Amino acid sequence: MRTGLIVQKLGMSRVFDAKGNHVPVTLLKVDNCQVVAVQTAARNGYTAVQLGAGERKAKNVSQPVRGHYAAAKVEPKAKLAEFRVSEDNLLEVGAELSAAHFVADQFVDVAGISIGRGFQGVMKRWNFGGLRATHGVSVSHRSPGSTGQRQSPGRVFKNKKMAGHMGNTRITVQNLRVIEIHAEEGLIAVEGAVPGHKGAWLMIQDAVKKPLHKDAPKPAGLKGQGAAATAAPANGQEAPAEAAAEA
Amino acid sequence: MNDLQKFEQAQLKKLAAQTEKKIPVFAPGDTVRVNVRIQEGAGKDAKTRIQGYEGVCIARNGGGIHETFTVRKISYGEGVERVFPLFSPSIDSIQLVRRGTVRRAKLYYLRDRSGKSARIAEREREIEAPASTTEAVAAPAPEKKAAAAG
Repeated sequence: MRTGLIVQKLGMSRVFDAKGNHVPVTLLKVDNCQVVAVQTAARNGYTAVQLGAGERKAKNVSQPVRGHYAAAKVEPKAKLAEFRVSEDNLLEVGAELSAAHFVADQFVDVAGISIGRGFQGVMKRWNFGGLRATHGVSVSHRSPGSTGQRQSPGRVFKNKKMAGHMGNTRITVQNLRVIEIHAEEGLIAVEGAVPGHKGAWLMIQDAVKKPLHKDAPKPAGLKGQGAAATAAPANGQEAPAEAAAEA
Repeated sequence: MNDLQKFEQAQLKKLAAQTEKKIPVFAPGDTVRVNVRIQEGAGKDAKTRIQGYEGVCIARNGGGIHETFTVRKISYGEGVERVFPLFSPSIDSIQLVRRGTVRRAKLYYLRDRSGKSARIAEREREIEAPASTTEAVAAPAPEKKAAAAG
């Protein structure tokens, strides 16, 4: 299992594919994404990498957290997140990841906090139909209707869908296809929509329900490893280097 | 220019580099002929042919790579409207057939009209053609021409 990346959502656009169909894409930016800490089986009981992305002024970071960054010798980050990885995919502290970590045509899962919608009724929140517009319905056109049965059971079942707070929860969208990678600009274009508003920090990882793309760099696509080229040639360059490292 | 706009500019450049296509300057009210690539069959038997679609441009929507235009024509007595993405690779070419005089950007009122009242008067005096007869957005086109010449 490889690490993922912390990315910033830029917004949506479109590209045209070879057949002339237009494909809706969301642009994600990899900005200053570095390994801040590593959790090892010996010390922590599990293996993971903690990544940080973006920038934050040192004066706005509390003293203990500043110490955490200082230990890793990296600048304070706007966003920290941990990714579980297998032992062979652990990275060095301070390593900077690039958009070439992913390759075009692979599938990814994207997780983030959805846009908050506040207190919403059942029609918006759960797609209930509401009541009729006419035929004697009074004041309750958007009401949920009945919430249960009669004296037996005499209560409303748990998890009954009702009005309440909507959005602002962590959502993962699975199996989005990567359309394009621009490693030098740190851009990833994935097909379709992802949670969150523009500027939101998101976690992007290899899709758990699809096999890993054969060209995906292992253990990770780091900056400086042919980062100047786009995804496809970058992988060609990385593969031999990796083989040499293993030998 | 933010990263999103840069990405879209790059997409437009890429599209322009792929084809020799020149998009004429046209506006709502103009009659255009859109030559559309149509794929027939699938797999190995797939063939593409070009089909023309001629009618009045009644609207242009969106901007940049998202721009679309709507073409209305009367086909066997039935009004037909098609919306084309301006930069779609499935459009082989666009020809400007006739320029029309209109005072609105969206000619949706044509939908309620038929026959004589649905006509648009031809623009009498041709407006001085701009230096480039192609869309301003297709900026890389002249560069490419220069490169080809050199």
